[in-house]
Amino acid sequence: MSPALNRRQWLALTATTVPLGRAAATPDALQAAVRDHTGAAGWQPAAPGQMQLELAALVENGNTVPVAIRVNGPLAEGVHVRSLALFTERNPLPEVAVFHLSRHVPRAEVATRMRLATSQQVLALAQLSDGRFIGAALDVVVTLAACLEG
Amino acid sequence: MATRALVHVPARVVRGDVFELRALIAHPMETGFRVDSEGRVQPRDIVRRFECHLDGELVFAADLHPAIAANPYLAFWLRARASGTLRLSWRGDRGFVHEEQVALTVLES
Repeated sequence: MSPALNRRQWLALTATTVPLGRAAATPDALQAAVRDHTGAAGWQPAAPGQMQLELAALVENGNTVPVAIRVNGPLAEGVHVRSLALFTERNPLPEVAVFHLSRHVPRAEVATRMRLATSQQVLALAQLSDGRFIGAALDVVVTLAACLEG
Repeated sequence: MATRALVHVPARVVRGDVFELRALIAHPMETGFRVDSEGRVQPRDIVRRFECHLDGELVFAADLHPAIAANPYLAFWLRARASGTLRLSWRGDRGFVHEEQVALTVLES
């Protein structure tokens, strides 16, 4: 009789041989994507009340999550918002979307629906016409993840 | 099947008003990260770029990534300056192109 693996040995073996190579952006990938977007200057947190990232703190379905970004706080004289961008910390890719606003856009406010692969931080960045970037981040808990990975 | 898109602008706006434009298009936004029951990765098929022109001038654009939900929805604000035609276009993988034109009626008062 050949020695059969007991349950504990079998678990130990499979645990070490099953590859863990799932695609997921790491906080490092987020940093890199943000650096690509902002350039070397980076970004500063928006002043309180200056910028809102509207997203439910508890998301039941990560497949379609309503999200809105708004910059309504006081900006310096003659400064307007050039673009709004969304990033995630733990989706397979950190980039979500970049919205380009022309001078015909009177209100720096955009709404869309996004996917969230897991509970994580979502970051919104606004590019101002003076070249600065301001940002707002939010932690969300996702109970049913988007099927980004099958 | 023809692509379905919904574009909403107020029926009438007064010159100087700000108004919201909402656009929705039927598209699966296949992420490129999912595998089917055979273990094959489903190739990416998403809308990459949305543009809104008002009488030929680009007024709003968006670069989209796979983290935008299926049937991409976008809402943004414009200011009514004069009546004209809004042209919305969506472009994506596999040569996906869709355009919608919406008349914008701006009243003087």
